[in-house]
Amino acid sequence: MFAQEFMRNALLAGTFVALACGVAGWFIVLRGQVFAGDALSHVAFPGALAAAAAGADQRVGLFAATVAFGAAMGVLGRGALAGRGGGSSGFERADDAAIGIVFMLILGLGVFFLTRFSLSSGGVSGIQAAHTLFGSVFGLSSGEARLAAAVALAAVALTLAAARPLLFASVAPEIASARGVRTRLLGVAFLALLGVIAAEAAQAVGALLLLGLLAAPAAAAHRMARGPFAGIALAGLLAVAATWAGLALAYAIPSLPPSSAIVGIAVSIFYASRLIA
Amino acid sequence: MPADESNPQLVWNLAHDVSQVLEYHFMVNALLAGSVVAVMSGVVGWLMVLRGETFAGHTLSMMAFPGASAAALAGIPAVWGYFAFCGAGALALGGFGGRRRTWSEQSAAIGALQAAALAAGFLFVSLYGGVLGDLESLLFGNLLGVSNGQVIVLGAVALAALALLAGLTRPLLFASVDPDVAAARGVPVRALASTFLLILGLAVAATSQITGVLLVFALLVGPPASAQLITAPPGPSLALTIFLGLLVVWLGLGIAYFSVYPAGFYIATISFAVYAFVRLSARVALQRSRRLPPVRSSPSPPPRGVIA
Repeated sequence: MFAQEFMRNALLAGTFVALACGVAGWFIVLRGQVFAGDALSHVAFPGALAAAAAGADQRVGLFAATVAFGAAMGVLGRGALAGRGGGSSGFERADDAAIGIVFMLILGLGVFFLTRFSLSSGGVSGIQAAHTLFGSVFGLSSGEARLAAAVALAAVALTLAAARPLLFASVAPEIASARGVRTRLLGVAFLALLGVIAAEAAQAVGALLLLGLLAAPAAAAHRMARGPFAGIALAGLLAVAATWAGLALAYAIPSLPPSSAIVGIAVSIFYASRLIA
Repeated sequence: MPADESNPQLVWNLAHDVSQVLEYHFMVNALLAGSVVAVMSGVVGWLMVLRGETFAGHTLSMMAFPGASAAALAGIPAVWGYFAFCGAGALALGGFGGRRRTWSEQSAAIGALQAAALAAGFLFVSLYGGVLGDLESLLFGNLLGVSNGQVIVLGAVALAALALLAGLTRPLLFASVDPDVAAARGVPVRALASTFLLILGLAVAATSQITGVLLVFALLVGPPASAQLITAPPGPSLALTIFLGLLVVWLGLGIAYFSVYPAGFYIATISFAVYAFVRLSARVALQRSRRLPPVRSSPSPPPRGVIA
Protein backbone atom coordinates (compact mmCIF):
# COMPACT_ATOMS: atom_id res chain seq x y z
CA MET A 1 0.00 0.00 0.00
CA PHE A 2 2.80 2.39 0.88
CA ALA A 3 4.60 1.57 -2.35
CA GLN A 4 2.04 3.58 -4.30
CA GLU A 5 2.93 7.23 -4.59
CA PHE A 6 -0.69 8.42 -4.65
CA MET A 7 -1.25 6.59 -1.38
CA ARG A 8 1.75 8.25 0.28
CA ASN A 9 0.53 11.65 -0.89
CA ALA A 10 -2.98 10.92 0.35
CA LEU A 11 -1.64 9.86 3.74
CA LEU A 12 0.57 12.93 4.02
CA ALA A 13 -2.13 15.45 3.11
CA GLY A 14 -4.92 13.51 4.83
CA THR A 15 -3.10 13.20 8.13
CA PHE A 16 -2.36 16.87 8.54
CA VAL A 17 -5.69 18.12 7.19
CA ALA A 18 -7.42 15.70 9.57
CA LEU A 19 -5.29 16.93 12.46
CA ALA A 20 -6.19 20.54 11.65
CA CYS A 21 -9.88 19.68 11.32
CA GLY A 22 -9.87 17.74 14.58
CA VAL A 23 -8.15 20.48 16.58
CA ALA A 24 -10.12 23.36 15.07
CA GLY A 25 -13.26 21.23 15.19
CA TRP A 26 -12.98 20.84 18.95
CA PHE A 27 -13.30 24.62 19.27
CA ILE A 28 -16.00 24.74 16.59
CA VAL A 29 -18.15 22.31 18.53
CA LEU A 30 -17.41 24.06 21.82
CA ARG A 31 -18.46 27.40 20.35
CA GLY A 32 -21.52 25.95 18.60
CA GLN A 33 -20.27 26.99 15.17
CA VAL A 34 -20.69 23.78 13.20
CA PHE A 35 -23.19 25.46 10.89
CA ALA A 36 -20.65 28.21 10.20
CA GLY A 37 -18.02 25.58 9.38
CA ASP A 38 -20.49 23.85 7.09
CA ALA A 39 -21.29 27.13 5.33
CA LEU A 40 -17.58 27.83 4.86
CA SER A 41 -17.06 24.49 3.17
CA HIS A 42 -19.76 25.43 0.64
CA VAL A 43 -18.32 28.89 0.02
CA ALA A 44 -15.16 27.48 -1.52
CA PHE A 45 -17.05 26.51 -4.66
CA PRO A 46 -18.62 29.90 -5.57
CA GLY A 47 -15.30 31.55 -4.70
CA ALA A 48 -13.39 29.42 -7.16
CA LEU A 49 -16.09 29.92 -9.79
CA ALA A 50 -16.02 33.69 -9.32
CA ALA A 51 -12.27 33.76 -9.83
CA ALA A 52 -12.59 31.53 -12.89
CA ALA A 53 -15.28 33.78 -14.36
CA ALA A 54 -13.10 36.82 -13.74
CA GLY A 55 -10.14 35.07 -15.32
CA ALA A 56 -8.11 35.04 -12.11
CA ASP A 57 -6.39 32.09 -10.52
CA GLN A 58 -9.04 29.86 -8.92
CA ARG A 59 -6.98 29.33 -5.78
CA VAL A 60 -6.97 33.06 -5.12
CA GLY A 61 -10.77 33.17 -5.34
CA LEU A 62 -11.08 30.11 -3.15
CA PHE A 63 -8.99 31.47 -0.30
CA ALA A 64 -10.32 35.01 -0.62
CA ALA A 65 -13.93 33.81 -0.51
CA THR A 66 -13.61 31.51 2.49
CA VAL A 67 -11.47 33.86 4.57
CA ALA A 68 -13.68 36.87 3.78
CA PHE A 69 -16.86 34.91 4.47
CA GLY A 70 -15.48 33.55 7.73
CA ALA A 71 -14.44 36.99 8.91
CA ALA A 72 -17.75 38.50 7.78
CA MET A 73 -19.72 35.95 9.79
CA GLY A 74 -17.58 36.74 12.80
CA VAL A 75 -18.25 40.46 12.42
CA LEU A 76 -21.99 40.13 11.76
CA GLY A 77 -22.70 37.46 14.35
CA ARG A 78 -24.28 38.30 17.67
CA GLY A 79 -24.30 35.07 19.63
CA ALA A 80 -22.40 31.91 18.91
CA LEU A 81 -20.42 33.54 16.14
CA ALA A 82 -19.27 36.36 18.35
CA GLY A 83 -18.08 33.79 20.85
CA ARG A 84 -21.09 33.58 23.13
CA GLY A 85 -21.70 29.90 22.57
CA GLY A 86 -22.41 27.00 24.85
CA GLY A 87 -25.87 27.71 26.18
CA SER A 88 -29.09 27.89 24.28
CA SER A 89 -29.89 31.59 24.31
CA GLY A 90 -31.89 33.37 21.66
CA PHE A 91 -28.77 34.95 20.23
CA GLU A 92 -27.57 31.66 18.82
CA ARG A 93 -30.91 31.00 17.23
CA ALA A 94 -30.81 34.43 15.60
CA ASP A 95 -27.31 33.73 14.31
CA ASP A 96 -28.54 30.51 12.84
CA ALA A 97 -30.90 32.38 10.52
CA ALA A 98 -28.28 35.03 9.73
CA ILE A 99 -25.79 32.38 8.61
CA GLY A 100 -28.53 30.86 6.50
CA ILE A 101 -29.21 34.17 4.79
CA VAL A 102 -25.59 34.98 3.98
CA PHE A 103 -25.16 31.39 2.88
CA MET A 104 -28.12 31.79 0.52
CA LEU A 105 -26.62 34.91 -1.06
CA ILE A 106 -23.28 33.18 -1.60
CA LEU A 107 -24.96 30.21 -3.27
CA GLY A 108 -27.03 32.54 -5.42
CA LEU A 109 -23.82 34.23 -6.52
CA GLY A 110 -22.43 30.77 -7.21
CA VAL A 111 -25.23 30.19 -9.73
CA PHE A 112 -24.50 33.59 -11.25
CA PHE A 113 -20.80 32.92 -11.72
CA LEU A 114 -21.54 29.44 -12.99
CA THR A 115 -23.68 30.88 -15.76
CA ARG A 116 -21.22 33.67 -16.41
CA PHE A 117 -18.38 31.21 -16.73
CA SER A 118 -20.38 28.95 -19.06
CA LEU A 119 -21.28 31.96 -21.23
CA SER A 120 -17.75 33.33 -21.44
CA SER A 121 -16.07 30.00 -22.08
CA GLY A 122 -18.36 29.05 -24.94
CA GLY A 123 -20.54 26.43 -23.31
CA VAL A 124 -17.99 24.63 -21.15
CA SER A 125 -19.89 23.66 -18.03
CA GLY A 126 -18.68 25.62 -15.06
CA ILE A 127 -19.25 22.67 -12.79
CA GLN A 128 -16.97 20.51 -14.89
CA ALA A 129 -14.34 23.23 -14.94
CA ALA A 130 -14.48 23.71 -11.21
CA HIS A 131 -14.33 19.99 -10.62
CA THR A 132 -10.80 19.97 -11.93
CA LEU A 133 -9.92 22.12 -8.95
CA PHE A 134 -11.72 20.06 -6.35
CA GLY A 135 -9.69 16.93 -6.38
CA SER A 136 -9.94 13.70 -4.54
CA VAL A 137 -7.49 12.59 -1.85
CA PHE A 138 -6.22 9.92 -4.19
CA GLY A 139 -5.50 12.40 -6.97
CA LEU A 140 -2.95 14.62 -5.25
CA SER A 141 0.49 15.30 -6.64
CA SER A 142 3.35 15.29 -4.16
CA GLY A 143 3.67 19.07 -4.40
CA GLU A 144 -0.02 19.58 -3.63
CA ALA A 145 0.16 17.10 -0.77
CA ARG A 146 3.14 18.91 0.77
CA LEU A 147 1.40 22.28 0.40
CA ALA A 148 -1.78 20.96 2.02
CA ALA A 149 0.23 19.46 4.87
CA ALA A 150 2.13 22.73 5.41
CA VAL A 151 -1.02 24.88 5.44
CA ALA A 152 -2.78 22.45 7.78
CA LEU A 153 0.22 22.29 10.10
CA ALA A 154 0.39 26.08 10.24
CA ALA A 155 -3.33 26.18 11.09
CA VAL A 156 -2.82 23.67 13.91
CA ALA A 157 0.10 25.70 15.26
CA LEU A 158 -1.94 28.93 15.17
CA THR A 159 -4.94 27.31 16.85
CA LEU A 160 -2.79 25.83 19.60
CA ALA A 161 -0.97 29.12 20.09
CA ALA A 162 -4.31 30.86 20.63
CA ALA A 163 -5.79 27.90 22.53
CA ARG A 164 -5.79 29.38 26.04
CA PRO A 165 -7.40 32.76 25.30
CA LEU A 166 -9.74 31.12 22.79
CA LEU A 167 -10.84 28.60 25.38
CA PHE A 168 -11.35 31.36 27.94
CA ALA A 169 -13.33 33.45 25.46
CA SER A 170 -15.47 30.47 24.43
CA VAL A 171 -16.36 29.22 27.90
CA ALA A 172 -16.76 32.50 29.78
CA PRO A 173 -16.91 35.34 27.27
CA GLU A 174 -17.97 38.05 29.73
CA ILE A 175 -15.25 37.27 32.25
CA ALA A 176 -12.70 36.91 29.47
CA SER A 177 -13.48 40.31 28.02
CA ALA A 178 -13.43 41.84 31.52
CA ARG A 179 -9.95 40.36 31.93
CA GLY A 180 -8.85 42.09 28.73
CA VAL A 181 -9.17 39.22 26.27
CA ARG A 182 -10.33 40.65 22.95
CA THR A 183 -13.12 38.13 22.46
CA ARG A 184 -14.60 39.73 19.36
CA LEU A 185 -11.28 39.96 17.53
CA LEU A 186 -10.46 36.43 18.59
CA GLY A 187 -13.77 35.18 17.24
CA VAL A 188 -13.25 36.86 13.88
CA ALA A 189 -9.66 35.65 13.65
CA PHE A 190 -10.71 32.11 14.49
CA LEU A 191 -13.35 32.05 11.77
CA ALA A 192 -10.86 33.49 9.28
CA LEU A 193 -8.43 30.72 10.21
CA LEU A 194 -11.24 28.23 9.74
CA GLY A 195 -11.68 29.77 6.29
CA VAL A 196 -8.05 28.98 5.46
CA ILE A 197 -8.49 25.39 6.61
CA ALA A 198 -11.74 25.12 4.64
CA ALA A 199 -10.16 26.43 1.43
CA GLU A 200 -7.15 24.14 1.65
CA ALA A 201 -9.18 21.12 2.67
CA ALA A 202 -11.86 21.71 0.03
CA GLN A 203 -9.40 21.68 -2.84
CA ALA A 204 -7.10 19.00 -1.49
CA VAL A 205 -9.46 16.45 -0.02
CA GLY A 206 -12.95 17.73 -0.87
CA ALA A 207 -15.49 19.82 0.99
CA LEU A 208 -17.35 16.73 2.19
CA LEU A 209 -14.39 15.50 4.17
CA LEU A 210 -14.04 18.89 5.79
CA LEU A 211 -17.50 18.88 7.38
CA GLY A 212 -17.22 15.26 8.49
CA LEU A 213 -13.83 15.74 10.09
CA LEU A 214 -14.76 19.05 11.71
CA ALA A 215 -17.94 17.82 13.38
CA ALA A 216 -17.75 14.10 14.11
CA PRO A 217 -14.37 13.48 15.83
CA ALA A 218 -14.65 16.69 17.83
CA ALA A 219 -18.18 15.87 19.00
CA ALA A 220 -17.00 12.42 20.05
CA ALA A 221 -14.06 13.95 21.91
CA HIS A 222 -16.39 16.34 23.73
CA ARG A 223 -18.39 13.40 25.00
CA MET A 224 -15.45 11.25 26.03
CA ALA A 225 -12.73 13.55 27.33
CA ARG A 226 -13.21 15.72 30.38
CA GLY A 227 -10.40 18.29 30.27
CA PRO A 228 -10.05 20.72 27.38
CA PHE A 229 -6.51 19.80 26.34
CA ALA A 230 -7.25 16.08 26.57
CA GLY A 231 -10.30 16.79 24.41
CA ILE A 232 -8.29 18.68 21.79
CA ALA A 233 -5.71 15.90 21.65
CA LEU A 234 -8.39 13.23 21.42
CA ALA A 235 -10.24 15.09 18.65
CA GLY A 236 -7.04 15.35 16.60
CA LEU A 237 -6.23 11.71 17.27
CA LEU A 238 -9.70 10.46 16.31
CA ALA A 239 -9.69 12.51 13.10
CA VAL A 240 -6.29 11.15 12.08
CA ALA A 241 -7.29 7.60 12.99
CA ALA A 242 -10.49 7.89 10.94
CA THR A 243 -8.47 9.20 8.00
CA TRP A 244 -5.92 6.38 8.12
CA ALA A 245 -8.56 3.71 8.53
CA GLY A 246 -10.68 5.24 5.78
CA LEU A 247 -7.77 5.52 3.35
CA ALA A 248 -6.77 1.91 4.00
CA LEU A 249 -10.34 0.74 3.57
CA ALA A 250 -10.76 2.68 0.33
CA TYR A 251 -7.49 1.24 -0.93
CA ALA A 252 -8.70 -2.26 -0.19
CA ILE A 253 -12.16 -1.73 -1.74
CA PRO A 254 -11.73 0.14 -5.03
CA SER A 255 -15.42 1.00 -5.48
CA LEU A 256 -15.49 2.81 -2.13
CA PRO A 257 -14.62 6.52 -2.49
CA PRO A 258 -11.98 7.53 0.07
CA SER A 259 -13.94 10.50 1.39
CA SER A 260 -17.02 8.34 1.97
CA ALA A 261 -14.91 5.81 3.86
CA ILE A 262 -13.22 8.44 6.05
CA VAL A 263 -16.43 10.27 6.88
CA GLY A 264 -18.27 6.99 7.43
CA ILE A 265 -15.69 5.89 9.98
CA ALA A 266 -15.60 9.31 11.67
CA VAL A 267 -19.37 9.38 12.03
CA SER A 268 -19.38 5.78 13.31
CA ILE A 269 -16.89 6.84 16.00
CA PHE A 270 -19.25 9.66 16.94
CA TYR A 271 -22.26 7.34 17.25
CA ALA A 272 -20.18 4.83 19.20
CA SER A 273 -19.17 7.60 21.61
CA ARG A 274 -22.82 8.43 22.19
CA LEU A 275 -23.48 4.83 23.14
CA ILE A 276 -20.47 4.56 25.43
CA ALA A 277 -20.38 7.90 27.20
CA MET B 1 -33.86 31.49 -19.30
CA PRO B 2 -35.57 30.67 -22.56
CA ALA B 3 -32.90 29.39 -24.86
CA ASP B 4 -34.76 28.61 -28.03
CA GLU B 5 -36.87 31.66 -28.79
CA SER B 6 -35.83 35.05 -29.97
CA ASN B 7 -34.67 37.07 -27.01
CA PRO B 8 -37.61 38.68 -25.25
CA GLN B 9 -37.30 42.41 -24.95
CA LEU B 10 -38.35 44.43 -21.97
CA VAL B 11 -40.42 47.35 -23.22
CA TRP B 12 -41.17 48.92 -19.83
CA ASN B 13 -44.88 48.62 -20.36
CA LEU B 14 -46.18 46.59 -17.45
CA ALA B 15 -49.22 45.10 -19.15
CA HIS B 16 -47.27 44.18 -22.26
CA ASP B 17 -44.32 42.76 -20.37
CA VAL B 18 -46.53 40.65 -18.12
CA SER B 19 -48.52 39.27 -21.03
CA GLN B 20 -45.21 38.53 -22.78
CA VAL B 21 -44.07 36.56 -19.73
CA LEU B 22 -47.34 34.63 -19.51
CA GLU B 23 -47.29 33.75 -23.20
CA TYR B 24 -45.30 30.60 -22.61
CA HIS B 25 -46.59 27.51 -20.86
CA PHE B 26 -43.29 26.90 -19.08
CA MET B 27 -43.45 30.37 -17.53
CA VAL B 28 -47.01 29.77 -16.30
CA ASN B 29 -45.90 26.48 -14.74
CA ALA B 30 -42.86 28.13 -13.22
CA LEU B 31 -44.99 30.87 -11.69
CA LEU B 32 -47.51 28.34 -10.36
CA ALA B 33 -44.83 26.08 -8.88
CA GLY B 34 -42.91 29.07 -7.55
CA SER B 35 -46.01 30.48 -5.85
CA VAL B 36 -46.91 27.16 -4.24
CA VAL B 37 -43.33 26.75 -3.03
CA ALA B 38 -43.26 30.33 -1.75
CA VAL B 39 -46.39 29.83 0.36
CA MET B 40 -45.43 26.42 1.70
CA SER B 41 -41.80 27.14 2.47
CA GLY B 42 -42.79 30.52 3.83
CA VAL B 43 -45.06 29.00 6.47
CA VAL B 44 -42.78 26.05 7.27
CA GLY B 45 -39.70 28.30 7.20
CA TRP B 46 -41.33 30.78 9.54
CA LEU B 47 -41.61 28.09 12.18
CA MET B 48 -38.14 26.82 11.34
CA VAL B 49 -36.58 30.23 11.92
CA LEU B 50 -38.62 30.67 15.08
CA ARG B 51 -37.38 27.34 16.40
CA GLY B 52 -33.80 28.05 15.37
CA GLU B 53 -33.61 25.01 13.13
CA THR B 54 -32.02 26.57 10.07
CA PHE B 55 -29.06 24.21 10.20
CA ALA B 56 -31.44 21.26 10.43
CA GLY B 57 -33.31 22.61 7.40
CA HIS B 58 -30.09 22.89 5.44
CA THR B 59 -29.12 19.36 6.42
CA LEU B 60 -32.52 18.07 5.33
CA SER B 61 -32.15 19.81 1.97
CA MET B 62 -28.78 18.09 1.53
CA MET B 63 -30.56 14.74 1.93
CA ALA B 64 -31.72 15.21 -1.63
CA PHE B 65 -28.22 14.32 -2.84
CA PRO B 66 -28.07 10.79 -1.37
CA GLY B 67 -31.78 10.54 -2.20
CA ALA B 68 -31.27 11.27 -5.88
CA SER B 69 -28.18 9.08 -6.17
CA ALA B 70 -29.80 6.16 -4.31
CA ALA B 71 -32.82 6.43 -6.60
CA ALA B 72 -30.53 6.42 -9.64
CA LEU B 73 -28.79 3.33 -8.26
CA ALA B 74 -32.07 1.56 -7.59
CA GLY B 75 -33.52 2.67 -10.90
CA ILE B 76 -36.56 4.42 -9.45
CA PRO B 77 -37.68 8.02 -10.01
CA ALA B 78 -35.57 10.56 -8.15
CA VAL B 79 -38.63 12.02 -6.42
CA TRP B 80 -39.03 8.87 -4.32
CA GLY B 81 -35.43 9.07 -3.22
CA TYR B 82 -35.87 12.71 -2.26
CA PHE B 83 -38.87 12.03 -0.07
CA ALA B 84 -37.47 8.81 1.44
CA PHE B 85 -34.16 10.37 2.45
CA CYS B 86 -35.61 13.66 3.63
CA GLY B 87 -38.10 11.75 5.78
CA ALA B 88 -35.43 9.43 7.18
CA GLY B 89 -33.18 12.41 7.85
CA ALA B 90 -35.98 14.19 9.70
CA LEU B 91 -36.57 11.14 11.89
CA ALA B 92 -32.84 10.84 12.62
CA LEU B 93 -32.67 14.52 13.54
CA GLY B 94 -35.72 14.16 15.74
CA GLY B 95 -33.91 11.40 17.62
CA PHE B 96 -31.23 13.90 18.63
CA GLY B 97 -33.76 16.29 20.12
CA GLY B 98 -34.52 16.75 23.74
CA ARG B 99 -34.31 19.94 25.67
CA ARG B 100 -31.35 18.93 27.78
CA ARG B 101 -29.01 18.93 24.83
CA THR B 102 -27.07 22.14 24.45
CA TRP B 103 -26.91 23.93 21.16
CA SER B 104 -23.30 22.91 20.57
CA GLU B 105 -24.14 19.22 21.03
CA GLN B 106 -27.17 19.48 18.76
CA SER B 107 -25.34 21.30 16.00
CA ALA B 108 -22.45 18.83 16.12
CA ALA B 109 -24.91 15.96 15.78
CA ILE B 110 -26.64 17.67 12.84
CA GLY B 111 -23.28 18.28 11.16
CA ALA B 112 -22.28 14.65 11.63
CA LEU B 113 -25.58 13.49 10.13
CA GLN B 114 -25.12 15.77 7.13
CA ALA B 115 -21.58 14.53 6.56
CA ALA B 116 -22.81 10.94 6.78
CA ALA B 117 -25.57 11.65 4.27
CA LEU B 118 -23.18 13.27 1.80
CA ALA B 119 -20.72 10.40 2.24
CA ALA B 120 -23.51 7.96 1.46
CA GLY B 121 -24.41 10.04 -1.59
CA PHE B 122 -20.85 9.89 -2.91
CA LEU B 123 -20.81 6.15 -2.29
CA PHE B 124 -24.04 5.68 -4.26
CA VAL B 125 -22.73 7.79 -7.13
CA SER B 126 -19.55 5.76 -7.21
CA LEU B 127 -21.47 2.46 -7.12
CA TYR B 128 -23.79 3.75 -9.82
CA GLY B 129 -20.70 4.26 -11.93
CA GLY B 130 -22.26 6.77 -14.26
CA VAL B 131 -22.66 10.51 -14.15
CA LEU B 132 -25.65 11.55 -12.12
CA GLY B 133 -28.16 12.75 -14.71
CA ASP B 134 -28.45 16.39 -13.96
CA LEU B 135 -26.02 17.56 -11.35
CA GLU B 136 -26.64 21.17 -12.18
CA SER B 137 -30.40 20.91 -11.81
CA LEU B 138 -30.00 18.87 -8.62
CA LEU B 139 -27.89 21.65 -7.15
CA PHE B 140 -29.53 24.72 -8.59
CA GLY B 141 -32.94 23.48 -9.67
CA ASN B 142 -34.77 23.96 -12.87
CA LEU B 143 -37.55 26.41 -12.26
CA LEU B 144 -38.22 26.84 -15.93
CA GLY B 145 -38.59 23.13 -16.65
CA VAL B 146 -41.45 22.32 -14.30
CA SER B 147 -43.95 19.87 -15.76
CA ASN B 148 -47.72 19.84 -15.18
CA GLY B 149 -47.35 16.68 -13.11
CA GLN B 150 -44.78 18.31 -10.85
CA VAL B 151 -47.08 21.25 -10.22
CA ILE B 152 -49.84 18.84 -9.14
CA VAL B 153 -47.53 16.82 -6.85
CA LEU B 154 -46.19 20.03 -5.39
CA GLY B 155 -49.69 21.35 -4.75
CA ALA B 156 -50.67 18.11 -3.00
CA VAL B 157 -47.58 18.14 -0.79
CA ALA B 158 -48.11 21.79 0.06
CA LEU B 159 -51.74 21.16 0.99
CA ALA B 160 -50.76 18.20 3.19
CA ALA B 161 -47.98 20.15 4.92
CA LEU B 162 -50.15 23.21 5.51
CA ALA B 163 -53.08 21.11 6.77
CA LEU B 164 -50.81 19.30 9.24
CA LEU B 165 -49.38 22.58 10.45
CA ALA B 166 -52.83 24.14 10.75
CA GLY B 167 -53.90 21.27 12.98
CA LEU B 168 -50.84 21.67 15.19
CA THR B 169 -50.60 25.47 15.22
CA ARG B 170 -51.30 26.23 18.86
CA PRO B 171 -49.27 23.50 20.61
CA LEU B 172 -46.45 23.92 18.09
CA LEU B 173 -46.24 27.67 18.66
CA PHE B 174 -46.34 27.14 22.42
CA ALA B 175 -43.62 24.47 22.26
CA SER B 176 -41.48 26.64 19.97
CA VAL B 177 -41.65 29.83 21.99
CA ASP B 178 -41.35 28.35 25.46
CA PRO B 179 -40.55 24.63 25.46
CA ASP B 180 -40.08 24.37 29.21
CA VAL B 181 -43.44 25.84 30.15
CA ALA B 182 -45.11 23.91 27.34
CA ALA B 183 -43.65 20.63 28.59
CA ALA B 184 -44.77 21.45 32.13
CA ARG B 185 -48.28 22.04 30.81
CA GLY B 186 -48.29 18.58 29.25
CA VAL B 187 -47.62 19.52 25.64
CA PRO B 188 -45.72 16.61 24.00
CA VAL B 189 -42.73 18.77 23.07
CA ARG B 190 -40.51 16.02 21.70
CA ALA B 191 -43.18 14.40 19.58
CA LEU B 192 -44.06 17.84 18.21
CA ALA B 193 -40.40 18.52 17.42
CA SER B 194 -40.12 15.27 15.46
CA THR B 195 -43.40 15.92 13.66
CA PHE B 196 -42.28 19.38 12.70
CA LEU B 197 -38.96 18.06 11.38
CA LEU B 198 -40.91 15.57 9.26
CA ILE B 199 -43.05 18.36 7.82
CA LEU B 200 -39.88 20.37 7.22
CA GLY B 201 -38.34 17.39 5.44
CA LEU B 202 -41.44 17.03 3.28
CA ALA B 203 -41.43 20.71 2.38
CA VAL B 204 -37.72 20.72 1.65
CA ALA B 205 -37.94 17.63 -0.55
CA ALA B 206 -40.73 19.19 -2.57
CA THR B 207 -39.02 22.58 -2.76
CA SER B 208 -35.58 21.32 -3.70
CA GLN B 209 -36.95 19.59 -6.78
CA ILE B 210 -37.93 22.99 -8.07
CA THR B 211 -35.34 25.40 -6.70
CA GLY B 212 -32.45 22.96 -6.33
CA VAL B 213 -30.78 21.74 -3.19
CA LEU B 214 -28.69 24.84 -2.72
CA LEU B 215 -31.36 27.47 -3.16
CA VAL B 216 -34.05 26.03 -0.89
CA PHE B 217 -32.82 28.58 1.61
CA ALA B 218 -33.78 31.51 -0.57
CA LEU B 219 -37.44 30.87 0.24
CA LEU B 220 -37.15 28.92 3.46
CA VAL B 221 -35.04 31.40 5.42
CA GLY B 222 -35.05 34.76 3.68
CA PRO B 223 -38.72 35.85 3.83
CA PRO B 224 -39.42 34.38 7.33
CA ALA B 225 -36.30 35.95 8.86
CA SER B 226 -37.19 39.33 7.32
CA ALA B 227 -40.81 39.11 8.46
CA GLN B 228 -39.83 38.16 12.01
CA LEU B 229 -37.58 41.22 12.18
CA ILE B 230 -40.47 43.44 11.14
CA THR B 231 -43.23 42.06 13.33
CA ALA B 232 -43.49 39.39 16.00
CA PRO B 233 -47.16 38.34 16.33
CA PRO B 234 -47.68 35.08 14.40
CA GLY B 235 -50.64 36.18 12.28
CA PRO B 236 -49.25 39.35 10.68
CA SER B 237 -45.74 37.91 10.59
CA LEU B 238 -46.89 34.83 8.68
CA ALA B 239 -48.93 36.92 6.28
CA LEU B 240 -45.92 39.16 5.68
CA THR B 241 -43.74 36.08 5.10
CA ILE B 242 -46.08 34.78 2.43
CA PHE B 243 -46.29 38.21 0.81
CA LEU B 244 -42.50 38.60 0.75
CA GLY B 245 -42.05 35.05 -0.54
CA LEU B 246 -44.47 35.59 -3.43
CA LEU B 247 -42.88 38.96 -4.20
CA VAL B 248 -39.40 37.44 -4.30
CA VAL B 249 -40.48 34.54 -6.53
CA TRP B 250 -42.48 36.64 -8.98
CA LEU B 251 -39.84 39.34 -9.28
CA GLY B 252 -37.07 36.77 -9.60
CA LEU B 253 -38.86 34.79 -12.30
CA GLY B 254 -39.92 37.94 -14.12
CA ILE B 255 -36.40 39.35 -14.24
CA ALA B 256 -34.90 35.98 -15.13
CA TYR B 257 -37.21 35.77 -18.14
CA PHE B 258 -35.59 38.84 -19.66
CA SER B 259 -32.05 37.87 -18.71
CA VAL B 260 -29.49 35.17 -19.41
CA TYR B 261 -28.90 34.43 -15.75
CA PRO B 262 -30.94 31.76 -13.96
CA ALA B 263 -33.95 32.53 -11.77
CA GLY B 264 -32.28 31.04 -8.70
CA PHE B 265 -29.69 33.79 -8.68
CA TYR B 266 -32.30 36.56 -8.80
CA ILE B 267 -34.49 34.89 -6.20
CA ALA B 268 -31.58 34.50 -3.78
CA THR B 269 -30.33 38.03 -4.38
CA ILE B 270 -33.74 39.69 -3.98
CA SER B 271 -34.40 37.63 -0.88
CA PHE B 272 -31.08 38.77 0.56
CA ALA B 273 -31.72 42.39 -0.41
CA VAL B 274 -35.06 42.34 1.43
CA TYR B 275 -33.42 40.94 4.56
CA ALA B 276 -30.50 43.37 4.42
CA PHE B 277 -32.89 46.31 3.98
CA VAL B 278 -35.05 45.20 6.92
CA ARG B 279 -32.09 44.59 9.17
CA LEU B 280 -30.50 47.94 8.34
CA SER B 281 -33.78 49.79 8.92
CA ALA B 282 -34.19 48.01 12.24
CA ARG B 283 -30.73 49.22 13.17
CA VAL B 284 -31.44 52.79 12.14
CA ALA B 285 -34.71 52.73 14.09
CA LEU B 286 -32.85 51.40 17.11
CA GLN B 287 -30.26 54.18 16.96
CA ARG B 288 -32.97 56.77 16.59
CA SER B 289 -34.78 55.44 19.64
CA ARG B 290 -31.51 55.54 21.59
CA ARG B 291 -31.26 59.28 21.04
CA LEU B 292 -34.51 59.74 22.94
CA PRO B 293 -34.21 60.22 26.71
CA PRO B 294 -33.01 56.83 27.93
CA VAL B 295 -35.29 54.68 29.99
CA ARG B 296 -33.21 53.48 32.91
CA SER B 297 -34.16 49.89 33.30
CA SER B 298 -32.34 46.68 32.59
CA PRO B 299 -30.27 46.80 29.41
CA SER B 300 -32.55 45.32 26.81
CA PRO B 301 -31.45 43.41 23.73
CA PRO B 302 -32.19 45.05 20.38
CA PRO B 303 -35.74 44.48 19.10
CA ARG B 304 -35.53 41.34 17.08
CA GLY B 305 -39.07 40.14 16.94
CA VAL B 306 -39.84 36.91 18.69
CA ILE B 307 -36.46 35.35 18.16
CA ALA B 308 -34.58 37.56 20.58
